[in-house]
Amino acid sequence: MEIPFHLQNLARSGPEVLLEVSSPVTIGTVLDALEQRYPMLCGTVRDHVTKKRRAFLRYFGCQKDLSFVDTTAPLPEAIVAGTEPFIIWGALSGG
Amino acid sequence: MARVRVLVGTKKGAFILTSDGKRDKWDVAGPFFGGWSIYHMKGSPIDPNRIYASQCSDWFGQVIQRSDDGGKNWYQPGGEASIDFTGKPAGASNKFVYEGTVGTHMWYDGTQHPWEFKRVWHLEPSLTEVETVYAGAEDAALFRSTDGATTWQELRGLRDQQASNWAPGAGGMGLHTIILDPTNPLRIYVAISSAGAFRTDDGGVTWKPINRGLKSKYMPDPNAEVGYCVHRLALHPSKPDVVFMQLHWNIMRTDNAGELWTNISGNLPTDFGFPIEVHPHEPETIYVIPITSDSEHYVHEGKLRVFRSRTGGTEWEALTSGLPQKDCYVNVLRDAMSTDTLEEGGIYFGTSGGQIYVSPDGGDNWRTIVHDLPAVLSVEVQTLR
Repeated sequence: MEIPFHLQNLARSGPEVLLEVSSPVTIGTVLDALEQRYPMLCGTVRDHVTKKRRAFLRYFGCQKDLSFVDTTAPLPEAIVAGTEPFIIWGALSGG
Repeated sequence: MARVRVLVGTKKGAFILTSDGKRDKWDVAGPFFGGWSIYHMKGSPIDPNRIYASQCSDWFGQVIQRSDDGGKNWYQPGGEASIDFTGKPAGASNKFVYEGTVGTHMWYDGTQHPWEFKRVWHLEPSLTEVETVYAGAEDAALFRSTDGATTWQELRGLRDQQASNWAPGAGGMGLHTIILDPTNPLRIYVAISSAGAFRTDDGGVTWKPINRGLKSKYMPDPNAEVGYCVHRLALHPSKPDVVFMQLHWNIMRTDNAGELWTNISGNLPTDFGFPIEVHPHEPETIYVIPITSDSEHYVHEGKLRVFRSRTGGTEWEALTSGLPQKDCYVNVLRDAMSTDTLEEGGIYFGTSGGQIYVSPDGGDNWRTIVHDLPAVLSVEVQTLR
């Protein structure tokens, strides 16, 4: 998956991080895996308690805006296979 | 020889400025956490190399950072990178969860609105326990950590004080001031925009509003116990019952720990402002930096002037030497003024224009430490011996 600049700094990672995710591969399980691998990102993408996406972030993949997709629904096969990234994008609003 | 370390939080990162006791030549380190707003940084009075930082963003929320080596290296307590893929996420240093029923407060339209955590405005390390630190949050609440900022618990009793009547000001409903009484570990003062000032005498279990004597124009009930837009409190450690306040408009003081406030604005050209500080060695010498008005958040008449009272208020003198006296339209925020404790007490402040000023002689003369930082949100000074 790809994460934005500010989160790269927290995670001390590059823009792309590789995650092992057990089936089913959904937005929820991908973010669970991200937070397990990088605990410092807990609370920065989604709320600690409600797990709601933070308002100014968006999820993309396979040329689609996945921000409003059910977080328990399977992601596109190309993301599951790792040939396309699941993208967290942080610059759709503000200035 | 003693040294000073100035912790600067800005809208786009943190900076650490260091100098020897002369406070003439400065080293500037940073930016740390580039691109993030650093609302506040503060070092532990017990272990000055233990520094906490409140890092936040409208996009990514709240992060708490901690350094154990004076600001050289930073980490998120509890958020260390994991190599165990099977464990539960450990990160909790930024987990601020309101205790019990979340509750509601007054919203801008007069309706009730649920409490929502947004950010930490102020961090106050304990005077006696190195692992204990307090955090003032927006929406207003006081949190405490007893494990070095790894986990946080709300001191819920504060919101028993008519919290449904609290309302956010234009800048949000932040708990921005936390003062720990150095002579009484059970007494804490806090202030909230725009709910007022509160005090606990039992370590944070129960609280009382301490707003008697405050006046706010257009308050429907002029004797209301809460609802005042307190901007900042300050006290001198040798006189912890004497507290000074920058109210929205008006400079106030109390001589009885907040039981009654009196107006000490005196001859100030305007008494709207944000910061207020007390001289490190003179408990009746106080400093404010008034701005034009609540609608014009820049200094009065284009002149950057610090006003000093050596009489505990009412009689004020303008301090201008070394400060711009023409075409200056900056603001100084509530947490952006501080002092060192060197023999000749130093006063520091940072501006919305990115300048950090120091007066090494109690305000008589000022010089610029650095003048092109991002807008300054907070300034804290550590005196290192």
